[in-house]
Amino acid sequence: MSSTSEHGSASAAGMTGHDAADIDRHVRIYITVFVALLVLTMVTVAVSYLHLSVPLAVTVALLVATVKGSLVACYFMHLISEKKLIYAVLGLTAFFFAVLLALPVLTHTDGFYIHHQ
Amino acid sequence: MEIPYTVEIRRDTGLNNGKIGIWLFLASEVMLFGALFASYILLRTGAPHWPRGAEHLNVPLATLNTVVLIASSVTMVMAWASLMRHRFGTFRMYMGATILLGGVFLVVKYFEYSAKFEHHLLPSTNNFFAIYFTLTGLHMLHVAGGMAVNAYFWGPGSKLWKTNPAWFANRVEHSGLFWHFVDLVWIFLFPTLYLL
Repeated sequence: MSSTSEHGSASAAGMTGHDAADIDRHVRIYITVFVALLVLTMVTVAVSYLHLSVPLAVTVALLVATVKGSLVACYFMHLISEKKLIYAVLGLTAFFFAVLLALPVLTHTDGFYIHHQ
Repeated sequence: MEIPYTVEIRRDTGLNNGKIGIWLFLASEVMLFGALFASYILLRTGAPHWPRGAEHLNVPLATLNTVVLIASSVTMVMAWASLMRHRFGTFRMYMGATILLGGVFLVVKYFEYSAKFEHHLLPSTNNFFAIYFTLTGLHMLHVAGGMAVNAYFWGPGSKLWKTNPAWFANRVEHSGLFWHFVDLVWIFLFPTLYLL
């Protein structure tokens, strides 16, 4: 049975369980997130002109990028209220993504062990 | 044959098939870009000297492109929200704006690439430019792909709105998920390549 008949309406909003007030609230959030993303972009660029040491610059830049990315994922991609299966898929992805990024580090230490054993 | 679970929710997944499909695809995309980010880390940590991106790349243009892509993400969600409000005309306006902003991004990138080529800075120049062109080139392909899908939903694909509005809204939501992912990748590419 399709949710068209479940909701008794052929409307798009009716199908996905969003009412008008819900959408208005969503739109307000989108605008707020937009402003936050613009401000954070300016922060990233401004910080880059401070010529911080490389480790500090990397930390700050990645921290700001993570906050921005989380805002996009949570609100534009609606991950803040998603089903468990999506979280499970993304959890697995995050794990293997972390392994991928750790590979260069392992390669680095690999040389260390070869030369010191 | 009719595609199953385009609108109705599958009992076992709790989702429609399009939603789970696009997220699985995005998971594979994370690994694709992840492999290239790992390559970047390997190249950078293994190099005796690595230039600051700002020394060779155009930060103001990239900042402009960041703003353009963020704005396009907003117009994309507004396009979906317009369908939720049953305003098809507004949907087309926002979807059109999303496609145009994608176009602006590519045009800006074209000028950036041209300036590099004019100075004979090519992927073969050094590892910095090799990974810069690989990452931004792949990202540009994603922008172009997203624009093509969005253009389909703006144009011929929008006929579905008349016969099955809920399915059409879901399709727009899923193409939006891809578009936001492209934005998200750029959010990390921008500081990594240009600012550090």
